[in-house]
Amino acid sequence: MSEPKNPSTVSRRGFLKALGVSGAGLLVPSGAAMAQDGTPGPDDGELATLLDLSKCIGCGECVNACRESNAAKFPEPKKPFPDPIPSRRAKNEDWSEKRDVEDRLTPYNWLFIQTAEVEHKGEMLEINIPRRCMHCRNPPCANMCPFGAANKQQNGITRISDKLCMGGAKCRAVCPWHIPQRQSGVGLYLHLLPRLAGNGVMYKCDRCHQLVARGELPACIDVCPENVQTIGPRAEIIEQARKLAAETDGYIYGLEENGGTNTIYVSPAPFDKLDKALGKTKSKGKGRPHLQPVKDVMADETNLATATLLAPVAGIAAGMLGVGAALFGEEKNGPKEDGNER
Amino acid sequence: MKDRIVSPWLSRLFVATMTALAATGMMQMPLTRRYFITDIPGMAWTGDFFLVHKLHYIFAAVLLFLAALILTNWFRQWKDRIRLTAWGTTRAIILAGIILSGLLRVYRNLPGVTLHPDAILAIEWTHFGLVMVMGCVALAALISRQSAYVQKR
Repeated sequence: MSEPKNPSTVSRRGFLKALGVSGAGLLVPSGAAMAQDGTPGPDDGELATLLDLSKCIGCGECVNACRESNAAKFPEPKKPFPDPIPSRRAKNEDWSEKRDVEDRLTPYNWLFIQTAEVEHKGEMLEINIPRRCMHCRNPPCANMCPFGAANKQQNGITRISDKLCMGGAKCRAVCPWHIPQRQSGVGLYLHLLPRLAGNGVMYKCDRCHQLVARGELPACIDVCPENVQTIGPRAEIIEQARKLAAETDGYIYGLEENGGTNTIYVSPAPFDKLDKALGKTKSKGKGRPHLQPVKDVMADETNLATATLLAPVAGIAAGMLGVGAALFGEEKNGPKEDGNER
Repeated sequence: MKDRIVSPWLSRLFVATMTALAATGMMQMPLTRRYFITDIPGMAWTGDFFLVHKLHYIFAAVLLFLAALILTNWFRQWKDRIRLTAWGTTRAIILAGIILSGLLRVYRNLPGVTLHPDAILAIEWTHFGLVMVMGCVALAALISRQSAYVQKR
């Protein structure tokens, strides 16, 4: 935290916190390591995180803290799993025997660190990138879940309910970064048609919602010895990200991606270079998200929403213009009890 | 051949739109690839979640146009000449619920809109549940040979 918060835009609680955290920020140069003591409350609206990649040393403390903080949420499947039908197409996904995997996202590892070595401005840089859910502003995983199992909270956290998720993995397919990961053998589908529909539960970072609800920091932010991450109201985080990028001649990722996310990365090297470097070392692929530009995948739906508003207006206009008379069919002789209106 | 009070084209368009909505609605569930529907020549598009989602929006717009057109005509002229049958009234009420929950679904998907998880759940399952009920009622009306929505006064 380096920017003083504007008291007019935050709650009293947030303001008092800001005095404690950001007030100190006035005394130190921006970009210097500065620990946060808590997460702003719900009154502060959508929260975003800023990740200053120039600080990350790839120590993995955040990965361990994430596992510890969320251990109670991890799936405990009972075996044997139901054999999904058709077996040629529907496969069980089981990570319960591979809980120690740390080099990708799994149902038991919601945060991992990618490392990219790039040459930039004549200098070789090793950039460590903590990767987890981006917590999109308009998340397709939540919007397109057919069961209402995923949703975005007022504080910007996108969560998947392990009680409602059927494990169809549609969220993973529509997520631009394919973040959610499936564990078979758990969840609601077991009580419905376990062999015919559903296949487990999808898991991903929920930004330690239980801690954030208490005004505490997400585990990965709290434990970081380098203070790589900062959490705060989105507008302030964006301001900080832009300032940091300007001061360090850095690059921003997450601000425009998918229409804007609540995870903003600032890197000393361009993200296209980082993405290419990840590709070369096979650090990109299933469970290992890319760093490419992402268009707003819900933009067409947003535009089509206008069509659904205009359609009834057009219908009324057509009716008023006399289309009704043309639609009222000619009567024929015979029984009069038959006819279809719609 | 049945006598029709309103244009058969209106009936056909309504049935076609409802069928398309039911199909693209069901395709919101990730089942087409699992059950090899995407492997049928010409049906690969059913596995494109974004495409079927947009198609659902487009057909919903067509349905809204038709509903508004019919309601406008109903209140301008038709209500004096025709009336809803019992099966028609039942389906019209269900359809109103489907349209309302669908519109809330569209609203929920707008950027900047964040609804309570319980509200999302209620909207989602109301929409899905009413479509299921509509299918059953429509089938029952068809079987009992009383599928007409309206009859002459």
